[in-house]
Amino acid sequence: MTRSKLGSGVLLLAAALLAGGCSAGSTASPGAAPGSPDAPLRIGLTAEPANLDFTRTDGAAIPEALLVNVYEGLVKLNQQTGEIEPALAESWTVSPDGLVYDFTLREGATFSNGQAFTADDVKFSIERVRSDAWTVSLKSGMGVVSGVEAVSPTHARVTLSQPNNSWLFRMTTRIGAMFDPSGVGDLANAPVGTGPYTVSEFRRGDRLVLTRRDDYWGDAPAIRQVDLQYFRDATAAVNALLTDGIDVIGTVQAPEALAQFEGDGRFQVIEGTTNGEVTLAMNNATGPTSDVRVRRAIAMAIDHDAVLNTAWAGRGALIDTMVPPTDPWYQPLPDVTPYNPDAARALLAEAGTPNLSLRFRIANLPYAVAAAQVVQSQLAAVGIQTQIEPLEFPARWLETVFRNADYDLSIVSHVEPRDIRTFGDPSYYWRYANPEVQRLLTESETGSPEQQIDDLRQVGRLIAEDAAADWLFLLPNLIVADADVRGLPQNRIGESLDLTALSRA
Amino acid sequence: MLQLARRTAVLVASLVVASIVVFAFMSVLPGDPARVALGVNATEEAVAATRAAFGTDRPLVVQYLDWVSGLPVGDFGRSYVTDVDIGPQIVDRLLVTTWLVLSGMAVALVVALPLGVLAAVHHRRASGTAITAFSQVGVAIPSFIAGILLVTVFAVRLGWLPSGGWTPPAVAPVEFLRRLVLPALALGLVQGAVLTRYVRSAVLDVLREDYLRTARSKGLTPGRALVRHGLRNAAIPVVTVLGLQLATLLIGAVVVERVFVIPGLGSLLLDGVANRDLLLVQGVVVVLVLAVLVVNFLVDVAYTVLDPRLRRAA
Repeated sequence: MTRSKLGSGVLLLAAALLAGGCSAGSTASPGAAPGSPDAPLRIGLTAEPANLDFTRTDGAAIPEALLVNVYEGLVKLNQQTGEIEPALAESWTVSPDGLVYDFTLREGATFSNGQAFTADDVKFSIERVRSDAWTVSLKSGMGVVSGVEAVSPTHARVTLSQPNNSWLFRMTTRIGAMFDPSGVGDLANAPVGTGPYTVSEFRRGDRLVLTRRDDYWGDAPAIRQVDLQYFRDATAAVNALLTDGIDVIGTVQAPEALAQFEGDGRFQVIEGTTNGEVTLAMNNATGPTSDVRVRRAIAMAIDHDAVLNTAWAGRGALIDTMVPPTDPWYQPLPDVTPYNPDAARALLAEAGTPNLSLRFRIANLPYAVAAAQVVQSQLAAVGIQTQIEPLEFPARWLETVFRNADYDLSIVSHVEPRDIRTFGDPSYYWRYANPEVQRLLTESETGSPEQQIDDLRQVGRLIAEDAAADWLFLLPNLIVADADVRGLPQNRIGESLDLTALSRA
Repeated sequence: MLQLARRTAVLVASLVVASIVVFAFMSVLPGDPARVALGVNATEEAVAATRAAFGTDRPLVVQYLDWVSGLPVGDFGRSYVTDVDIGPQIVDRLLVTTWLVLSGMAVALVVALPLGVLAAVHHRRASGTAITAFSQVGVAIPSFIAGILLVTVFAVRLGWLPSGGWTPPAVAPVEFLRRLVLPALALGLVQGAVLTRYVRSAVLDVLREDYLRTARSKGLTPGRALVRHGLRNAAIPVVTVLGLQLATLLIGAVVVERVFVIPGLGSLLLDGVANRDLLLVQGVVVVLVLAVLVVNFLVDVAYTVLDPRLRRAA
């Protein structure tokens, strides 16, 4: 009895499976059919947000999905030019002493809970960044603000305690997002912003669904629904695109897979730049790398072309200092530490350290592991032995390398915008202390915009000359999409994946 | 009755020990949850405040008792990383993984039962040898490799089935089945190969038994004799292996979920570890331990059903 029941149950399940297998092509997925104008645009991404509250949880995943799309700031960053553009503020003026910013706000903008957006919300949002409600470290960008006032419903005035050329730029990041006082009760699950989309569904482990608002103040985006689908595995994302499981891979994590999409008329490949400097960090304070000759030797022993080709299939750009080409103070510095193994050997001999052995503690991420192996063999060629130790990212890497600076060499990508400033902080894990660099960085905040560019160029050169780190390459922005998708951003230099310009031909 | 009570007590005791072990492992894992949540450059004050909010600044014993006291009533706590109740989340994901494991098991049985019996009955012929050889190959293939191969052939090349993703059965039953086929095959074919070998040797053992010779001497054909008297006995070792394999299937499901982008317990566990979501990871592991213990319990019960001698002994 028992056996035959079990047997028939198995047969039933098998039959059901087979029936499912044979019905391919005759099924309709729930919701709008693919190809109809209201079909969701499905974008494959890598890192799923742990929750939807970027005021208390760090990481790139939350602002990637929500900034500009769900939350808006007073200003936003133009992804192509890197310029600051109006968003919820129609226009703004800065007082001659650089201390007072007057913003003229859009009329008719509303939050997704129906509340009108006014200068009171600006005051609430900016003051909230400075309160205990925000916990992520980025909030320090608001530290320079001394006061906010709502002059009228459409006029907000922000006063700084000292002139600061970075502040308005930082307002394009998540700390500039505008909140409604009655909409901050459950930010982790129910975000409320003024943007063109709202979060209509968050199926954890699977997808985040954004739906267009009917009452958006600006031009409505062309796409009604965007599904952000999360893939931990790069190959799975590629397969999903090939089988029409998704329409776009927003960040290609397997650049060697691009070849199969190029020259295939069904797809388009977009290549641009990002802020992600893949950096070979060197401990400037302790161990053999505290000697500038050793650091310069390491920088000159590395063939950066070979690193890029191996680690990221040759996609991406080579940079000579901590500045991507989309920043105003970008400059090529090819002659500072050119690839020259002989010169590297000579420098090591001069430093009296011909047989070095270094701890190479990298983040266990694909690009870092691949790059570390090339770097290891190139360093071996000039007589430097390295022990590669991949540390689980983020938790263990943050603890060991970032927090305790317990390393000689490390590799991780630094994606924060304008992160050249980290070289002015001696407690940052580079442990780099150069008073001249610190002076120039301070000066760059208070001088004219031209002065800022000039100062930061000098900083870029100084840290390259000191080999305060070595810059392996700049991560490219790689997107593959169905050929008919329009409006994908070529560069990714802000924190958000801007969905507002997307459409289908 | 006494037997049942004793087994239940063992089950509960195992769970308590497992909860302590899991908790201890999670608390020695490097990486502070507060620091992971706050990211780089977090100030010490912010970290301390977040630890207090999470409750991870309390003594470990207090944290453990607080957590474990909720478990019997299904209260797994609220994740401080995702700010969501953990219990319902685990139930959600467990349903998905259960579909995966059961369908994988079904595929394994459909493959292994006929092939194993055939291989045993024909063990002196070429067909029996061929089946044994095939199962040998199958055993050597990890389920994620099988998954990648299946996707490449049936999704990418032929376009018959989706390459991954998940649709709940209540939302769209046909779509649900279409998405289940490849992961079920990836899990089930490999397990089926393992199981085939066990079925074969179990049936071979039975074929050599005296009672089967007796049955045949009474005029039954070899096939009939096997079906009427042999299979029940052959089932005992097979059921044991089935129970053990369920644990393997659960582990296989963790990997297969990743290949096929399925939001099951496996992906929940991996995300939990990456985010240092201690409560979540503890909860998932305890549920997995419970699942394995319950299966063992059921296997024991199945023995007594299959073999009346054990009932008398108890």
